[in-house]
Amino acid sequence: MREEDVPQDESPFYHGHLRACYAVGADGKYVVATSTGWSAERVATAQALADLENQVESVRRDVLAGSASPLSYHMATRQMTPRLLASNAGVWAWRVRRHLAPAGFARLSPRLLARYAEALSLSVEELVRVPSAPGRVFTDAELPAFPAGARGAKA
Amino acid sequence: MSGPAIRTAPSPGAPDAPAAAASAPSVSPAAAAAARAGFHHLHAGHCESGVTAALFAHGGIPIDEPMVFGIGSGVYFLHVPFLKVMGVPLTSYRTYPMAIFRKACKRLGVGYRRQRFLSRARARAALDALVDAGVPVALQGNLFWLSYFPREFRFQFNGHNFLVVGRSGSDYVISDPVLEAPVLCPASALDRARFARGPLTPRGLLYYPVSFPKTIDYRPAIRAALKDTTRAMLRPPVRLVGAAGIRYLADRVRLWPKTLSPERTRLYLGNIVRMQEEIGTGGGGFRFMYAAFLQRAGEELVHEPLLRASEMMTASGDGWRRFAEAAALVVKDRHEGRVTFEGLGDMLDAIAENERRVFTFLEANLPPA
Repeated sequence: MREEDVPQDESPFYHGHLRACYAVGADGKYVVATSTGWSAERVATAQALADLENQVESVRRDVLAGSASPLSYHMATRQMTPRLLASNAGVWAWRVRRHLAPAGFARLSPRLLARYAEALSLSVEELVRVPSAPGRVFTDAELPAFPAGARGAKA
Repeated sequence: MSGPAIRTAPSPGAPDAPAAAASAPSVSPAAAAAARAGFHHLHAGHCESGVTAALFAHGGIPIDEPMVFGIGSGVYFLHVPFLKVMGVPLTSYRTYPMAIFRKACKRLGVGYRRQRFLSRARARAALDALVDAGVPVALQGNLFWLSYFPREFRFQFNGHNFLVVGRSGSDYVISDPVLEAPVLCPASALDRARFARGPLTPRGLLYYPVSFPKTIDYRPAIRAALKDTTRAMLRPPVRLVGAAGIRYLADRVRLWPKTLSPERTRLYLGNIVRMQEEIGTGGGGFRFMYAAFLQRAGEELVHEPLLRASEMMTASGDGWRRFAEAAALVVKDRHEGRVTFEGLGDMLDAIAENERRVFTFLEANLPPA
């Protein structure tokens, strides 16, 4: 990459920050150049964010429909898997999975609730509720339409 | 943004991340505090090589990031389809965490100390003692809890490296090499990042150099690094690694449209582009940084073949950039009639062949001992 070809595509995700890139200067020597963003990277980031936002939103709807617990919603807002939440909260993964269902969550002791709240950086009061309206969690920037349930397909 | 239960800045008591980010470009209190501490912030392509170069420079070794990255044998390739990170296969363009720092220290004769902790309180006390004594300290932490980053770049990854260079009230002055200036981070967010669990859990890891050599002999360091890298890239123990790993990825990419839903195919492709660019690689999946190293090394040792290899490596980086552009068309679903998965596979095969050639050439043309 030549120095003058370093993309300056002003990624909304950079929030004014600059990326340091290596590029070949006019004299053939490598220099550090800064970039305000690159469209190809922005596409990939936007897609990953859209996928995450979709996951959060679909879990939020499941919680309101009574098929998932608020814990699964907050787990999604922290980009955690049951396994990761388990190691962060110090709870066995099979128990976490049980608490992702409303029935299991309803039986949680205050102590265990507090532990989950701490692992997710929430208050217990926040942990037991979910927003009643859809909302973005990871970005406010424009995102591509991304088919819902893309994650639903088995890996 | 949204209902009452969503908190977008997950660090307790921390200011909203975008707000902190927005203030970064002007001269901030953090930059002033870093300057008072006598620390020169380095804006680098990648976290670990940037941290290492900044620490070495602070210790009086005039070295830049590409040199550290090359001497630390950072360049690599790995694609593991059965190891999923956030639901997508693991792809990496660099060696495993801490390898760059450790190898660079060993090969340049820098002594270092590293410490992990069981208790948050002790980890913080140890950090405070060092920082108050004026020692810049490198930490490993989880990116998701580091509230000074734009939230779009905060994801569950435990292997991020950054420096603490001072304290300002209850905040720490952070010199994060992937940002252009020092920033402030609340102690609570820092604690959380240092003690996040899961893969690569940092357990409060802190590290810093304790001794520097009087003179630096680059020749043996560069030779050892080149031998290490060429072996890793050309003769990997499994075909998921090195130039063979890129070829393997080419085969996988050709298979995806047959075995995966279109959405997953796009997610998988997008993830490769993110690992290549978004995570901070200096562009082209570290290939430009490595080309810069080969150029610097060739000049330092007055060894022409390294300059030639640098140009070949630049071509590889350009190949990765073109691949990312083509992949982005697929991710956007704008590829009909322009990009096929066969074509993406061919691009990767060409990159694999080029890298095999570069490293074979390097191996045959090592600088004399």
